[in-house]
Amino acid sequence: MRKLIQQHNVNEDTAQHLITSNIKNTPHESAVRHVSGSARYVDDIPAPANLAHAAIGISSEASGHICSIDLTDVFASKGVIDVIIAQDVPGQIDIGPIFKGDPVLADKEIKFHGQPIFAVLAHTVEQARIAATLAKINIIPSNPILTIDEAQKASSYVRPSHSMARGNITKALAEAEHTATGSLSIGGQEHLYLEGQISMAVPEEEDRMLIFTSSQHPSEVQKLVAEVLAVKLHKIVVDMRRMGGGFGGKETQAAQWSCIAALLAARNQRAVKLRLPRQQDMIVTGKRHPFENQFHIGFTSEGNISGAKITIKGNCGHSPDLSDAIVDRAMLHADNSYYLPHCQIDGHRMKTNQVSHTAFRGFGGPQGMIMAEAIMDTIARKVGKDALTIRKQNLYSEATGMTTPYHMEVQDNVLHELIEQLESTSNYWQRRDAITLFNINNPIIKKGLALTPVKFGISFTAKHLNQAGALVHVYTDGSIQANHGGTEMGQGLHTKISQIVANEFGVSVEDVDITSTRTDKVPNTSPTAASSGTDLNGKAVQNACIIIKQRLAQFFAEQVNGDPKDVLFVNNQLILGEHTRTWFDAVQQAYIGRVSLSATGFYKTPKIHYNRETGQGRPFFYFAYGAAVSEVSIDTLTGEYKVDRVDILHDVGVSLNPAIDKGQIEGGFIQGMGWLTTEDLRWDCAGKLISNNLATYKIPAIGDTPDIFNVDLFEKPNQEDSIYHSKAVGEPPLMLAISVWCALKDALSSLSNYQIDPPLPTPATPERVLACVNTLIKEVACE
Amino acid sequence: MIQFLLNNKLVSIENERADTTVLHFLRDKQALTGTKEGCASGDCGACTVVVAEPSSCGDNENQQLDYKAINSCVTFLSALQGKQLITVEHLSNKQSLHPVQQVMVDHNASQCGFCTPGFVMSIFALYKQGDSVNRLSAINALSGNLCRCTGYKPIIEAALDVCNARVADQFSEASTSTIAQLSALTKTNAGTENLILPKSRQALAQAIRKHHDAVLVAGSTDLALVHTQQLQAINKMISVTGVKELKRIEEADNMLTIGAACTLSGLQSILLNHFPALQEVMDRFASVPIRNQATIGGNIANASPIGDMPPILIALNAQVVLDNGMRYRSMPVADFFTGYKETKLKNNEWLDSIKIPLPTANQILRVYKVSKRIEDDISAVCMALNITLNNNNVLDLSAGFGGVAASPKNCLNLSNKLVGMQWSSIESLKQGQQILLNEFNPIDDVRASGAYRKQLLQNLWHRFWLETNNHEHRIETRVSQHA
Ligand SMILES: Cc1cc2nc3c(=O)[nH]c(=O)nc-3n(C[C@H](O)[C@H](O)[C@H](O)COP(=O)(O)OP(=O)(O)OC[C@H]3O[C@@H](n4cnc5c(N)ncnc54)[C@H](O)[C@@H]3O)c2cc1C
Ligand code: FES
Ligand code: FES
Repeated sequence: MRKLIQQHNVNEDTAQHLITSNIKNTPHESAVRHVSGSARYVDDIPAPANLAHAAIGISSEASGHICSIDLTDVFASKGVIDVIIAQDVPGQIDIGPIFKGDPVLADKEIKFHGQPIFAVLAHTVEQARIAATLAKINIIPSNPILTIDEAQKASSYVRPSHSMARGNITKALAEAEHTATGSLSIGGQEHLYLEGQISMAVPEEEDRMLIFTSSQHPSEVQKLVAEVLAVKLHKIVVDMRRMGGGFGGKETQAAQWSCIAALLAARNQRAVKLRLPRQQDMIVTGKRHPFENQFHIGFTSEGNISGAKITIKGNCGHSPDLSDAIVDRAMLHADNSYYLPHCQIDGHRMKTNQVSHTAFRGFGGPQGMIMAEAIMDTIARKVGKDALTIRKQNLYSEATGMTTPYHMEVQDNVLHELIEQLESTSNYWQRRDAITLFNINNPIIKKGLALTPVKFGISFTAKHLNQAGALVHVYTDGSIQANHGGTEMGQGLHTKISQIVANEFGVSVEDVDITSTRTDKVPNTSPTAASSGTDLNGKAVQNACIIIKQRLAQFFAEQVNGDPKDVLFVNNQLILGEHTRTWFDAVQQAYIGRVSLSATGFYKTPKIHYNRETGQGRPFFYFAYGAAVSEVSIDTLTGEYKVDRVDILHDVGVSLNPAIDKGQIEGGFIQGMGWLTTEDLRWDCAGKLISNNLATYKIPAIGDTPDIFNVDLFEKPNQEDSIYHSKAVGEPPLMLAISVWCALKDALSSLSNYQIDPPLPTPATPERVLACVNTLIKEVACE
Repeated sequence: MIQFLLNNKLVSIENERADTTVLHFLRDKQALTGTKEGCASGDCGACTVVVAEPSSCGDNENQQLDYKAINSCVTFLSALQGKQLITVEHLSNKQSLHPVQQVMVDHNASQCGFCTPGFVMSIFALYKQGDSVNRLSAINALSGNLCRCTGYKPIIEAALDVCNARVADQFSEASTSTIAQLSALTKTNAGTENLILPKSRQALAQAIRKHHDAVLVAGSTDLALVHTQQLQAINKMISVTGVKELKRIEEADNMLTIGAACTLSGLQSILLNHFPALQEVMDRFASVPIRNQATIGGNIANASPIGDMPPILIALNAQVVLDNGMRYRSMPVADFFTGYKETKLKNNEWLDSIKIPLPTANQILRVYKVSKRIEDDISAVCMALNITLNNNNVLDLSAGFGGVAASPKNCLNLSNKLVGMQWSSIESLKQGQQILLNEFNPIDDVRASGAYRKQLLQNLWHRFWLETNNHEHRIETRVSQHA
């Protein structure tokens, strides 16, 4: 009798431990479709016969109470079919993802300028958008809270503050040889995914609904659509093939448009598409949190840090959204790669009348990590050593210490080796000398150089999200369809998954297709976020493959009287001793032999735990590391600058796909550089976003890519049991761009003969750089 | 009727709204969804398509096709008359990718893929132009295409690779027949009831008198935003881009005359011939696809305080020529602007041309554009300075300013005070700074604070003084060098 295989006791013997090298060079699964214009995004799906179009009407106040909404002109406008307000929602109005506070349409209270109040359905996009401008909404305005300072004065928080500490910070600061304080204002960032927010809802039989969306979190869309419609989750199916970019901006922010489309679709029993025009997209969706942070540090004359008290204040906007976890992650990265012998880190979640700020690549990590680098620069200037020397001597090490402020041991630190390698390949010290000389000889143009490391913790800090499911089908011709909970937003997740499937079955990637992410194939999924897409879903898919492989191995072994454990899956064959079966034959025979060729897989990350009460634990499965050297030139007459050269060495464990990984590193770096340089979010004094289009909000253009841009992978296997010992790569590289900010400060500091650490808030626009030049010139004159 | 080739299919438009953009037409009327909308304002390049037309130079037998990338989101159908519109769907040839597509795949140059069709089309235009391509020219050609995913490195490499190893493609093979087809189109009577396409000065004058409800349109890179961003309908348009008088470029009597409907791309070579110092600002004016459409007349007529050509033209002592079909009148460019977005244009009048005095010996021109981003950004301040020296003596000085007042400005005080002074003296530096400190009171806006703009005026003057004085040690004054 055949043994039953237990789903959750997967026999690891059949798993591949490595990724074969020819599979590593797989191009992006959609590359050919991308270049030929046939890759389909939601707006490209052929319209259902009765498709109508929605648009939203938004608030012109940042704060207040809705007195009345007169929709007469909206209804009367050409082509209008229906208009809804909050009171028309049959189910829950609040679509807050974790905590309450995000009404799908404003319900009496106005909480930010641009808050959606009503939605219009019309025959054409243009008709809907025009009608949406015609409402007469009477809002009694109240005084908005627009800055972190104002929020602090008003004790306005979206969630309680949180602290973590180790050692005795008060004593450490009191006894320190030197102390210093500093503060830094850190700007937010618009995601600017090239494909804007969009959703299409198609009513199916009775109260069922099919949703097409551009979302990183289809399961949450499913849940929220069900809740606003007051139906159960099993009536809603969400389908998500690909996004034209997400970056965190479609983790929670995509759901609202699906909900509105679904509400209108259900009421009118017709398909509804809602696509936000770019300007509205920029106004109504959350951004990377602006922060105002402070530090108070103690250090030795040698430049070794002895204690740090770091205060972190995130501008969360009007509601919690994901801010609790985002400010936590900022706190968890305020040490970056440095051992803080005594420390206290306080994190505050400020509530303001801005759009609710949200996930963005790095998820608070960047705004915390930059503090550690600001601290290193401060120490370097005070003790008169090169900032790289200070950074190196403060790294986590046997000599300094290995325990993070949250009491997790850093066990896998590759930074010493990695930095040493980069220092030499980038010629850091020769260039340092050349730059010092250049600056002496050049009164107007000044050059700067900086090497900064990154240590980024991998795992969701909300433990339950660290799980994933997969569904793998093998068809009778040997072709394979795999489905998993992750979403494709350009990061190459589907490519890596198809590589894993091909690797497991020993077939070529052409035989594997990854289908759109669908809530009816894999349920209860986590968002594709926290860089975890491949780590979680890759393992889940591998797990499903192993189950099918075991069945095939068992069947084959029985036929040839061998041990299933010895069956190999390679080169389109099953091999057992001298017996072979082609993949095709094995599948055919198994089908005839009534063997199931479909399986689900599941994975949960081991080892992680974190006690928020005590601020202690192991929130991360492992760390991903990297370092970058940036060289810049600044013009002290205008504040204009250029990033001349960048060298990066980044740790991806064993790379599953070097080309895709390098793409993540390069793209993440440039996006981070944009955050710190030209991407300047501006609100006016009434709380209205004025950098609300691409003419006024400038992301890096092609000329901003440094002429010399060397990117290398530091390929050392992940010491944890991640998928083929690879490491997550989505977010960490963004923070390599902190080296650009430090290099700008280095160039500025030359104006003070490297005595002063220049106060350079971010984004460091040319205007801010010039203001900093002015400050330095004044300070030097005073001395 | 408006006729054009959509890829290789003849399209005739008779009844279409005047303000239908090419992007809307492609995506919603032709189900060609390969062309994407990222912004609908000309800023992102996701909607880039290529138009081909027989080149204006070359005799009939030797005629070639000119390929230009444009932003379909800010282009109306009128701009397609007599041309071939090429979209991304048409590039691959029976199952095999076009070389510019293949090279993007080979370089892993797409991630989310949403920007990719636009990049492919921009690179395709560059590929078809046939000039040798280096890093700078590739960047220049792609400065209007944003990518949020890749960091651009593989895209730059792909463009360089493919444009330096060109092979004949299906477009070169079909070019003779395409030219023949297109030549046949231009002979038809172009235009519709609401898209009027006059071909001559007289026809333009007639059209303006007949259609009081029509607006003039040139490259539409400005006007289209009224529709795509502010949702206003534009029911009827008269396009000036076919009026032959408005497309002339002439040199006579030490005067360069540029017709108002010349595009920035079209006038670039002659302008740079005479004024090489304009290279940087021309490269940084919007992007290639915008410059392929945008006209110099449109840049002046819209009277924006932050347009880049007016300060240059003011510094060059250029005149604008206005016309109503019966009478020309002209005035200095600075006098044309009467206030924020206001000009001296009268009813029934249009901008005919610009007259620029050719440079004289010892004339030095510098134009400084400062913006947050180098490529494709609007000036926080644009400052053009034109000085004539006799040895060290200031003979003449004129200056134009953008971004510091409600309209483009000159500054007569500069010439009043500085003419006759010794240019290398520190006094010249200080005088100029003092004058500029008092002359303007720029405002705060999303691009820059008034204080920054004010300081820029003085510091750019400083840069100008440094750059134009011969010091023993040449001091570096710029962070990025343009070709
Ligand atoms: C993405 C983007 C980037 C840009 N960057 C820059 C930049 O860097 N610098 C800059 O200066 N500008 C920039 N612009 C603005 C714009 O491109 C220019 O102002 C352009 O020159 C306008 O010319 P056009 O032919 O497209 O004008 P249109 O849009 O066709 O017309 C503009 C206005 O001028 C009128 N008009 C046009 N021609 C005539 C005529 N002959 N007689 C009378 N009236 C006429 C029209 O009626 C209309 O009111 C940018 C625009 C975009 C979309
Ligand atoms: S859609 Fe962005 S430039 Fe046209
Ligand atoms: S690949 Fe995503 S925007 Fe370029």
